Amino acid sequence: MKTKGIVTGIVSNLVTVEVDGPVSENEICFITSEGVKMMAEVIKVNGKNASVQVFESTRGLRNGNEVEFEGRMLEATLGPGLLSSVYDGLQNDLTTMENVFLQRGEYTDPLNREKTWEFTPLAKPGDTVQAADWLGEVKEGWLPHKIMVPFSFEGSYKVKSVKEAGAYNVDTVIAVLTDASGADVPVTMVQKWPVKVAIKGYREKPRPDRIMETGVRVIDTMNPIAEGGTGFIPGPFGCGKTVLQHAIAKQGDADVIVMAACGERANEVVEIFTEFPELIDPHTGRHLMERTTIICNTSNMPVAAREASVYTAMTICEYYRAMGLKCLLLADSTSRWAQALREMSNRMEELPGADAFPVDLSAIISNFYSRAGMVVLNNGQRGAVTFIGTVSPAGGNLKEPVTESTKKAARCFYALEQNRADQKRYPAVGPLESYSKYLDYPEIVDYLNKTVEEGWVDKVLAAKNIVRRGREAAEQINILGDDGVPMSYHVNFWKSELVDFIILQQDGFDPVDSLCPMERQRFMLDLVLDICKKDFDFEDFEKCREFFKNLINELRQMNYSVYESDQFWAYNESVNKLIA
Amino acid sequence: MANKAYQRVYTKLEGITKATVSLRANGVSNDELAVVGGKLAQVVRTKGDLVTLQIFSGTEGIPTNAEVTFLGEPPTLKVSDQLSGRFFDAYGHPIDGGPEIDGEVRQIGGPSVNPYKRRQPSQLIPTGIAGIDLNNTLVSGQKIPFFADPDQPYNQVMADVALRADVDKIILGGMGLSNDDYLFFRNSFEAAGALDKIICFINTTENPPVERLLVPDMALTAAEYFAVDKNEKVLVLLTDMTLYADALSIVSNRMDQIPSKDSMPGSLYSDLAKIYEKAVQLPTEGSITIIAVTTLNDGDITHAIPDNTGYITEGQLFLRADTDTGKVIIDPFRSLSRLKQLVQNKKTREDHSQVMNASVRLYADAQNAKTKLENGFDLSDYDLRCLAYAKDYARELLAIDVNISITEMLDTAWKLFGKYFSPAETGIKQALIDKYWKA
Repeated sequence: MKTKGIVTGIVSNLVTVEVDGPVSENEICFITSEGVKMMAEVIKVNGKNASVQVFESTRGLRNGNEVEFEGRMLEATLGPGLLSSVYDGLQNDLTTMENVFLQRGEYTDPLNREKTWEFTPLAKPGDTVQAADWLGEVKEGWLPHKIMVPFSFEGSYKVKSVKEAGAYNVDTVIAVLTDASGADVPVTMVQKWPVKVAIKGYREKPRPDRIMETGVRVIDTMNPIAEGGTGFIPGPFGCGKTVLQHAIAKQGDADVIVMAACGERANEVVEIFTEFPELIDPHTGRHLMERTTIICNTSNMPVAAREASVYTAMTICEYYRAMGLKCLLLADSTSRWAQALREMSNRMEELPGADAFPVDLSAIISNFYSRAGMVVLNNGQRGAVTFIGTVSPAGGNLKEPVTESTKKAARCFYALEQNRADQKRYPAVGPLESYSKYLDYPEIVDYLNKTVEEGWVDKVLAAKNIVRRGREAAEQINILGDDGVPMSYHVNFWKSELVDFIILQQDGFDPVDSLCPMERQRFMLDLVLDICKKDFDFEDFEKCREFFKNLINELRQMNYSVYESDQFWAYNESVNKLIA
Repeated sequence: MANKAYQRVYTKLEGITKATVSLRANGVSNDELAVVGGKLAQVVRTKGDLVTLQIFSGTEGIPTNAEVTFLGEPPTLKVSDQLSGRFFDAYGHPIDGGPEIDGEVRQIGGPSVNPYKRRQPSQLIPTGIAGIDLNNTLVSGQKIPFFADPDQPYNQVMADVALRADVDKIILGGMGLSNDDYLFFRNSFEAAGALDKIICFINTTENPPVERLLVPDMALTAAEYFAVDKNEKVLVLLTDMTLYADALSIVSNRMDQIPSKDSMPGSLYSDLAKIYEKAVQLPTEGSITIIAVTTLNDGDITHAIPDNTGYITEGQLFLRADTDTGKVIIDPFRSLSRLKQLVQNKKTREDHSQVMNASVRLYADAQNAKTKLENGFDLSDYDLRCLAYAKDYARELLAIDVNISITEMLDTAWKLFGKYFSPAETGIKQALIDKYWKA
C-alpha cells in the first residue's frame, strides 16, 4: 500500500502534505492538480506533516490536492543510449518532447526502449558474480558499454544463463542470476539507482597517479588536473568561466563527458548541442556528441530540479566509471545549486548560516566532490570520474560560503580574475592564486617527469617563479616609476609578460591555438624558459619594452601556426634571431 | 473584475502589512488573483486555511472587514494583433484612451521553452554604435542589460538602439519610469514614425511599486505571442530592472523571509532568470531579444542586483562618462556581449575579432599610462602614443553618439592603429596586417 497525503500549505514550490502513513526523507511523491501529476521530493518530516519540494511550477495547486508517495528516492535510469542524450535535471529526455514550451507533468523516458543493441556476452553460466560485475557488452557508438550486475544487488550470485550474441532492445533479459537462497533473478540492460547515493561496486579508490590532458596550457602545464581528480573554477561573471569549461569539454582526454548545465543560460546549452555534433574529438576522431551527455536544468527551469541535476549527472558518470572508462563531469555552476538549497532552506524557515545559506552547505559540497575519483574495479581495471565545477561568487568576492566550502573539497583551484579579463588576457586564470595540489603528489610528479620530459615539474615551478618576480617588479615600477628602478626590474617584468602572453594566454576561439597538445606545451615552455634564462641588458627601458614586444609578437605567431609547420619554424627562426 | 454570482465573498482579514493581507479561506489555488477591497491581489502563501495575499497597489486604506473575492486564475493578458501601437498599465489595461483589446486570454509568466527546441542565435542586430557593434556585438535572441548610474542617459541610448534595430515589434516594459521618461519614449517612438510596431506596459513612479512585478511578465507574454504565434522578431526593452528587484524585496520582506545579500530575497537569481530567459531564438524565424536597464549605485556592480543580473544575462553594456572627451562612452573593459563570437567574422568582416581585441588592449595600455601620469612619472613615447590613441578611440568609436556601419568602424580602427602604432605593437595576426594595415 502506498502512503497517501493531502496538500495543506503552499509557499512557492515548498508544499506541506499531511500524510496517512510512513514516508522517508528524500522519498518521491506525485501531487495531482487539475489532472496533472507533478513530481516532488520529501525534504523534511514533522509529525504527520511532510514538507516536499515540487520539481514543477506550483501555480494552481490548492490545499486538498491529493498526493501519492512512491516508496523510492529520485532515481536515474541507467543503460545503453545515455550518451548523446539531452536530459533535464530529472533525466527526462528533452529531445522527445513535442511542444516548444515545457509542459508541466510531462515526463519522458530517458532511454529508447525500441532501439536494438549488438550484445556480446562476457560472463558464462556458472560464474560467480557480484554487483557491478560485467555480464556482457554492447557497442554504444565506439564505446564498449558493459551490461553489469545491478549495483543494488547484495552478496554474490551465480550466473544461470546469459543470452547469446545478438541484437536486443534494452528491456530484453540478457542474463538470469541465482541468488544465495536459490531464487532466479532476471537482469536486463537497464537498471535504476538513487542519484543521491554514490555507486560503489569497485575494489579500491587509490590516489590519482596521472593527469588528464585538456589542451589548455594554463591547466596542463601550470596547474594540471589528475585523472579522477577534482577542480573548480570560481570567477565573477564575464571572466570566461563558460568558455573555459567548454574548451575542457571539447578537448578533455576522457571517454565520456557529462555536462551539467545547472541553473545557467539556456543559450549556452544550445551552443553545446549545436556545435558538438559538428566537432571532432581530437583523441578519437569521432564526433564529440557521441561521448557527451548533457543534463540541462537552465536558470528558468524549476529550482528544485536544479539540485537534482548535478546528482543525476554524477550518477551517470559513476555508471560509466564502473565500465572501466574515463569520465569527466563538468558542472556549471555549483553556486546555482547552492542557491537552490538556500531558497528551500529559507522557505522552510530554517535558521540560516552565512549569507543565508543552509548551515550544512559545506558538508553537502564536500560529500558531492568525494564522489569523483579514480577506482580499481573488481576485475582490476581502472575507471575514473574527474570533476570540475564552476562557482559564481556573489560580487566576484571569493570570501563567500560556496567558494570557501568548495576550496576545502576540490584539489585544483582555477581562480578567474576580473582584471585579467578586463585586459582580455584569456583564459583569465590567475597565475599565482591558482593551484593544483596534484603537483605535490609524488605519483603525479613522477608521471609528468616520465611522460613529458625529465625535470618537467621543476620547469613549471620555475615558470611560476618568473611570473611572481615579474609581479613584484611591476609593483616596484608602479611605485618608483620607470626611471626609478634598475634595468633588471624591467627585464624581470618583461620576462613574466613573456610567460603570460605565450604560456598562460591562449586564444580559445582560434582553431589552432585553442587546442595545445602536451608535446607542443613542452616545446613552448622549454623555448620560453630558455629565453628567460638569458641575461639581457638594454640602454633604457624603452628599448627593453620594444625588444620584448617584438619577441612576444613572434612567439604569438608561433602559437597561431600549426605545430611543426613551415610557418611555425619560420617564426621560430625569427625568435632565434631576435635573441641571438 | 466584476464579481460573479457563485463566488464566495470573505469579509474578515486576520492580518495586514504594507504589502500583504491574510485571511482564512478554503479552496484557494496558488498564484490565483483576488480582489481585496477593490484592489487586485495575488495568493502567495497558504498554510492550512490561512491565505496570504500580496496587494499590488499597497494596503493603504484596506479595513479588516474589506470584501475579498477570489478570481480563480492567475494574472492574464488578452493577446491579439490589436496590441500593436498601444500603451497599457501593469494590469494590461489601456492608458492611451483607446478601447480594450479583444483577443485570446493567456496566463502571464507561463512555462519555459524546452532548451532543445531553441536555436543558436545567429542574426546580427546592428545599432550603429561602435561601442556595441564593434566591441559587444548584439545578436537576436540575446538578453543584455545596460549597467548605468542613474545620471547616465540610458533610456535615450536604449530608444536609439530600439529604433535602429531591424525588428518587427518593440515592446517596452517600463517599471518606475518617471513621467518625463515615459513621455520621452512616447515622443521618440512617435517622432520615428514607429508607433505601429510599439507596445508599451508602463508603471510610472506615480503607481504603486508592487504593481511593477507584473510588468515584465505582461511584456513578455505579449512578446511570446508575436514571436511564437506570428514568427516575428521581437525586441523587449525593460527599464529599470533595479526598481523591479526592489519591489521583490519589499514583498519578501513583508512575508518575513530571511533576506540574503543586500536585503534581497534569496530567490533573486531565479526570479530574474525567469524573466531574462524568455529571450529566445525559435526554430522558426521568431525571436525575443531583451535589452534591459539595471541602474547602479555609483558604478557598484557587486551589489546583488547587478551581480545576479550579470550571471544571468549574456553580457552587459556599461555606460560611463569619459573625462578625456566629455562624452558618454560604452566602457570597453566592463562591457561584454557573450554571443558576439556567433556573428563576428561570420556576419562581419574577417578582421573583426582581432581588431576589437587589439583596440581594447591598446586602450588598456593607455589607462596604465594615465595611472603613471597621475602618479607623477615621466611617460615613455609609447605611453604618449597610447594616450593620444585613447582620445581618438573614445571619440570616434566608443562614444554613444556614433552612428556608422561596422565596416566603417573596422576601417576607423585600422586608421587609428596606423596613425599611432607599429604593426607588431597591435599583436594582430600577420595575415590580417598584410591585408588591412593603413600606414
